[in-house]
Amino acid sequence: MTTTSSVITLNVNGEKHTLPVDHRTTLLDALRERLDLTGTKKGCDQGQCGACTVLIDGRRVVSCLQLAMAAEDREITTVEGLAEDDRLHPVQQAFLDLDGYQCGYCTPGQICSAVGVLAEHAEGWPSAVTGDVRPEAGAPALTAEEIRERMSGNLCRCGAYVAIVDAVARAAQAPDQASAVSAQDEGSIR
Amino acid sequence: MTVTAGREVTASVGTAKVRLEGREKVTGAARYAGEVPFPDLAHGWLVLSTVARGRIRSVRTADVLKMPGVLEVFHHGNALPIDAGFVIPLLGTPPDSLVALFQDDRVPCAGWPVALVVAETSEQAREAAEALVVHYETEPHDIRLSGERPDAVPLDSQVSGPGVTQKGDLDAELAASSFVVDAEYTTPQEHHNPMEPHAAVARWHDGILEVVDANQGSGYIAQLLAQLFSLDPGVVRVRAEHVGGGFGGKGQISVHQVAAVMAATVLRRPVRVVLTRRQMFSLTGYRSATVQRVRLGADAGGRLRALSHRAVAMTSTTYDFAEPTTAVARVMYDADAHHTSNEIVRLDVPTPSFMRSPGETPGAFALECALDELAEKSGIDPIELRVRNEPERGPVSGLPFSSRNVVACFREGARRFGWNDRDPRPGIRRDGRWLIGTGTAAATHLVMSVPSTAAVTAEADGTFTVRIGAADIGTGARTTLAMIAADALEVVPDRVRIRIGDSSLPPAVIALGSTGTRSWGWAIKIAVDELRDMLTPGVIIPPEGITARSDTTAAVVGLMQSAPKERHTYGAHFAEAAVDTTTGEVRVRRMLGVFAAGPIVNPLTARSQLIGGMIWGISMALHEQAIVDQSTGCLVGADFANYHIAAHADVPSVEATWVDEAPDPDDPVGFKGIGELGNVGPAAAIANAVWHATGVRHRNLPILPSRVLSSRGDAV
Repeated sequence: MTTTSSVITLNVNGEKHTLPVDHRTTLLDALRERLDLTGTKKGCDQGQCGACTVLIDGRRVVSCLQLAMAAEDREITTVEGLAEDDRLHPVQQAFLDLDGYQCGYCTPGQICSAVGVLAEHAEGWPSAVTGDVRPEAGAPALTAEEIRERMSGNLCRCGAYVAIVDAVARAAQAPDQASAVSAQDEGSIR
Repeated sequence: MTVTAGREVTASVGTAKVRLEGREKVTGAARYAGEVPFPDLAHGWLVLSTVARGRIRSVRTADVLKMPGVLEVFHHGNALPIDAGFVIPLLGTPPDSLVALFQDDRVPCAGWPVALVVAETSEQAREAAEALVVHYETEPHDIRLSGERPDAVPLDSQVSGPGVTQKGDLDAELAASSFVVDAEYTTPQEHHNPMEPHAAVARWHDGILEVVDANQGSGYIAQLLAQLFSLDPGVVRVRAEHVGGGFGGKGQISVHQVAAVMAATVLRRPVRVVLTRRQMFSLTGYRSATVQRVRLGADAGGRLRALSHRAVAMTSTTYDFAEPTTAVARVMYDADAHHTSNEIVRLDVPTPSFMRSPGETPGAFALECALDELAEKSGIDPIELRVRNEPERGPVSGLPFSSRNVVACFREGARRFGWNDRDPRPGIRRDGRWLIGTGTAAATHLVMSVPSTAAVTAEADGTFTVRIGAADIGTGARTTLAMIAADALEVVPDRVRIRIGDSSLPPAVIALGSTGTRSWGWAIKIAVDELRDMLTPGVIIPPEGITARSDTTAAVVGLMQSAPKERHTYGAHFAEAAVDTTTGEVRVRRMLGVFAAGPIVNPLTARSQLIGGMIWGISMALHEQAIVDQSTGCLVGADFANYHIAAHADVPSVEATWVDEAPDPDDPVGFKGIGELGNVGPAAAIANAVWHATGVRHRNLPILPSRVLSSRGDAV
């Protein structure tokens, strides 16, 4: 008989979880239904809205299109893993202060995505709206236009985009952003 | 604790306050309906019809019941009885027979629920649901909406008002007019698409039916569930602490709650039913497509002699929902001859419902574009034209306005936006490959109060607890109500605890139609007045606290009788659009909205909500439309890849602000509500800006690149 489940180990927010999973189980469902990490949201379940965005090895991934099996032994960071004890991540703090959300359902995905954006930008990645994409040109200025382009995989039906872009821009200026980004980056991007 | 005479003097209202639940939302700790864990939870997955009209011949359950983990398949052959033959007071009608789940074999539209598969895991339920074979006897369907349908009929409704209003001789006034606009405008079928899919978990526990739900009013849903399942209302408890957006789409009872309750009742264990994004398109209502004809006639000075607004919308064969499309025409502009009609055509489609500013939004698109066309024809500035047509009294009601600061909004907006230097000629501004234009449009929304109750408790520790059956669907209501209560109590908001989103709390109106802040705030204020009378100096507060209760029914009715007025909010939208006539691309470059909406409780969240409404305007103008395959009657691409809403890159600088309004001395509440207002008019401002950029009128939304390209021949 064909095996339809396996025991895997997921490394989430620095904690290892060993659990049997149905081979059909997405990383999103494993997080939400098996590990009770419901901060990661299911908005469409088909990779079109970004609500389920998490960081895998520091890079943005829509967890609804990732099988849990395929995420074994990789470093998964969810919205629950961003704050250090009571201290919010600069992106979370900026969302809170600037009202970068309304209903809050797309928010964890927006926040994880923003953390990924700041890391990608710090690494010098260009975007579709970057004027000069030559490697020697370095990272473009993180303008509102750059942030909008890079965040466009995360839909918000409440229309909180204006405050979200302000929040990402503010977080980029946060004094501890540099360390937050480099911690996410270790051994990951490129 | 003993009450003393001194009070803290504070004023929260009008100051920016971060949302009370904000920290939970940015850390992922806030749990929405589908995220509350229950032991022994089973998972339900709905199966929807794939034909647009007919009967179910068979549901082949046998094979599916053998699949791993499958517990039961519910369908019309084994469903619990449901009684949907009662009248809902809020609507004045029985519920849509959609919620009489699995009660017969009729299929009145594509996407109609025909079965629910329940299994141990969601993966098992999903696979079984997809494997379930349903045979249908199909019948020819009729789903085509047009303005020429002979079966379009005006509909009077408790919610939408009269089907027809008319005064004066339209033909005579049009004939005598110096300038006439006669145009047809269309808006497509649009879907709410809150980011959180509808979800409900139901379970019986100690004789109580507990439902954790995504809704806009838990008390309302609890009452309806009790009636549908013939239960004592006292045994049904519904909770919805955090709701991931509603926009009207979670206002009415829907299939997810009914399915979860039916399955939990039969299986005697907790059952969760979550709609897929695709299922939401046919089960949770939508904004009907509209076909609108607007005729305006004006004298040489631009004053309207004739105004006719006829709107045709669709409804289903199972429920008469009338989109109140001409609501804006009924209050914004008067004319010697003034005719409006809201008409429906009954088609083999899912039932439309209330979607953010129902009626006003599609209606304002047509009317405010028509005003712009009249401005063009008469050579009068669009703002000046509106100023010249400011009515003294309600055009239809004849009632005085409690306030009407739309001109102040236009003046302030014109100053901030730089409108006064605008060259009215279209098609003459270029920026590289782009043609640039600016447009404006008015906004208005009805201000309503709906009877509500509240309880406010003075606790022994010096804090206060407010209990009210309100809902926070992302509006910021939780925070706003805490601020209103704090000001009424004359304490800092930190001393006020708010309990909402639970049917066990004092009943209050659902979050719908921008009525929440006003209706809930009123109930809280009256309860606080009562409480303050009870808290005389020297009174000792016992451990259980001292509680005062309110019911605004008499006050709401009294205000309508003692001071009948046209009560509305207003605004002015401004937009700058860039159009590339080679690619057909339209970009909104900046938007400004200036609003007059009474005292603004929390500027931080109010600004967010108004801007959100304006961004809906970008979506409506440029992106949103559901495509229905005429041959099958099914939606094509019912998902976010095909049904486009504005994304980050579509949204430029959007600003919202407001003007001060003098309070209406007859109004004991003051607060007006802003949930819908920002979304009334912005699509018209954008369409008018596209005309100013290109010289081409786009009367059919959305303004897709293909439409821009096919209209190139008309460009100036």
